[in-house]
Amino acid sequence: MPYKKAEQKFSGKINVCEIGVGDAAISIGGENSLPFLGTEGFKTAVGIAISDTTDEWADCFKALYGDDLKNPAALAKAAVEKSGADFLLVKLESADPNGADASVESCVATAVAVEAAIDVPLVVEGCKNGEKDAKLLEEVAKALEGKNVVLFSAVEDNYKTIGAAGGMAYGQKVSAESAVDINLAKQLNILLTQLGVKSKDIIMDVGTAAAGYGFEYVASTMDRIRLAGLGQNDESLQMPIMTNVSNEAWGVKEAVSTIEDAPEWGDQEARGIGMEVATASACVVGGSNAIIVRHPESAKTVKALVAGIIG
Amino acid sequence: MAVKGLDIFKLTPKTNCKECGFPTCMAFSMKAATGGVPVEKCPYISEESKELLSEATAPPMKTIKVGSGDTEKALGGETVLFRHEKTLVNKNLFAVELSDAMSDADVDAACATLQKINYDRIGEMMFVEIVAVRFAADAAKFAALVKKVADCGKIPMIVTTDAEVAKAAVAGAGAGAIIMGATKDNAAAMVDVAKAADAVLGVSADSIEALHDLVEEIEKMGYKNLVLNVGETSIKEAYANAVDIRTAAIKGNDRTFGYPSVVFANKLAPANINLQIALASAFVLRYGSIIVMDEMDFNAALPLFGLRQNIFTDPQKPMRVEPKVYEFNKPTGNDPVLVTVDFALSYFVVAGEIERSKVPAYLAIPDAGGYSVLTAWAAGKFGAGVIANFIKEADVASMTTSRKLILPGKVAVLQGDLAEELPDWEVIVGPNEAMQLPKFLRDMQA
Repeated sequence: MPYKKAEQKFSGKINVCEIGVGDAAISIGGENSLPFLGTEGFKTAVGIAISDTTDEWADCFKALYGDDLKNPAALAKAAVEKSGADFLLVKLESADPNGADASVESCVATAVAVEAAIDVPLVVEGCKNGEKDAKLLEEVAKALEGKNVVLFSAVEDNYKTIGAAGGMAYGQKVSAESAVDINLAKQLNILLTQLGVKSKDIIMDVGTAAAGYGFEYVASTMDRIRLAGLGQNDESLQMPIMTNVSNEAWGVKEAVSTIEDAPEWGDQEARGIGMEVATASACVVGGSNAIIVRHPESAKTVKALVAGIIG
Repeated sequence: MAVKGLDIFKLTPKTNCKECGFPTCMAFSMKAATGGVPVEKCPYISEESKELLSEATAPPMKTIKVGSGDTEKALGGETVLFRHEKTLVNKNLFAVELSDAMSDADVDAACATLQKINYDRIGEMMFVEIVAVRFAADAAKFAALVKKVADCGKIPMIVTTDAEVAKAAVAGAGAGAIIMGATKDNAAAMVDVAKAADAVLGVSADSIEALHDLVEEIEKMGYKNLVLNVGETSIKEAYANAVDIRTAAIKGNDRTFGYPSVVFANKLAPANINLQIALASAFVLRYGSIIVMDEMDFNAALPLFGLRQNIFTDPQKPMRVEPKVYEFNKPTGNDPVLVTVDFALSYFVVAGEIERSKVPAYLAIPDAGGYSVLTAWAAGKFGAGVIANFIKEADVASMTTSRKLILPGKVAVLQGDLAEELPDWEVIVGPNEAMQLPKFLRDMQA
């Protein structure tokens, strides 16, 4: 018998979400197949991550960026140039009340300066303190009105503020964060749409883990979300997925240990990139429509993977 | 072809003799239809019916054994496309590639790296299982290199399309070697070589259709100990083929494609180790059975072996770490003790944050059934008694002069009981989330 392809036909389709404005705008999502198996030109966008707090970043980034590390706008420009990334994420980590506790005003100023310094779409990540992020991302949404940025991310505790401000009042995109659980992801999407945020303005941040650190949950959560959205046509799970692997990948001991800590493991930069590339690539084939990494080399590698699979 | 329980039932004696271990013939038939028990378990089904049924109830994908003795590994045998549907059963294997064109010094350096990558991760030894040896020009040197690989305890993969070269090399390769392999031009000769050596035969073709035809041809020659090359010319083709071959086998019931795959990541991304890591990672998730790299140093091994260990865990059995006292940041015998559960994910998250804090500390892990903190607590496996017993039995008091014991914030409720059971210790309630640990530990140290 000659070979006959076992087609997997799906009735559902992932939403298309456009981020950024003008020539720089990109759109993510839109596929009606599992990642890279359709003909509709599915392409994963690759983003580069920076932060306003880089004190704990590995030494290789000091060599890479020099004094720009302390200046978010300059860092943003350099990161985009060095990586060729499709978009940029800035984490406003200094806002953390348990850390530097910087004021909302100063963080908003940082976000505005970063936006002005780059010509690719912007994703603004909060400090992961629910209360502070509500205020912070609301003000960011206001200050960057018309720039179509992604607010990364709304959680159950603050989705009302971030959803209303970002998704409705100021026309930004809202990322809905859930902790590696399909039901929580679905619930937050439903809450946001009930609030009045259009589903095309929602992006899912379904969480991640570094390769080797419980990634099986990430893989299965993504598989199940995509199969529900495509196979069962579940509209509350058809938002594109955006995944930031940079914090997890550069936070495990394989990437954190210096060569002095673990001489047998070899070059720290190579290990960090390996961890980041492996984690990001697993997310890419799992269903992330936009993937965010920290090292420019990681961004280039993941872009090459995506380009290769698309052909 | 899927067989229904009733079809099997018709072939049983319907006497409910229980000799198969099931209460009724019907119960046995239903189980056999799902592949849960081989039909041979019924002593009364005719040989003819057995053959018919065992073919039909066999798993859609063959299990292929590579290596022998200590190095033996199973590949394939999968019944689902996604691990959440049931579980993935046989983890992929990693390979690095050598060649007779390499200088002795280069070969020695590569072997040294291979020997170095050999470490324990949550109870599983991590190492490269297979070494591919690609034939360039020198058949004698090639055969010697294959033998050297086998002698080092690795499974050799003989990469050549020359049947004579393969035949000479496989003699020194030990049982269960892999020959890569058969093409449309040499299939008959390669099958003879593989058959004689009881080796696994790799099959390569220019397109997925041609590969299907060639596998059928080789099966007709009577050889079914195969692995399939997903293609080396482009990433696009290799990825699509890997997915399509597995999908055809599992969903399309196409037994011709029911074999494990081989992915030459090194050929898809020549001299680009980061892109090879990216590809290897993608193929761990999407149906690569043997993944070949140029080299495997710690920058590739640490993420890839970890990822593989994750993906191939049984969803019904959470990964656990060994209950014991772990040390972080070189404690010196007067540092605080943290407690959490033996669920691997909890352990890793907590361990990572303690490392990030750079504060020397001990982490006590009692046997909490492999559940997360709240689940273990609710199941009675992570109560004050369990923790207190562990602290006493592991004699934690002799490891450190500090008497600070830090509980996960989520089980703050245990503080009182634990303080009563461990009167010498100051029981402190830690943060709710592991990510708050660095600040917590640094504040405590200050």
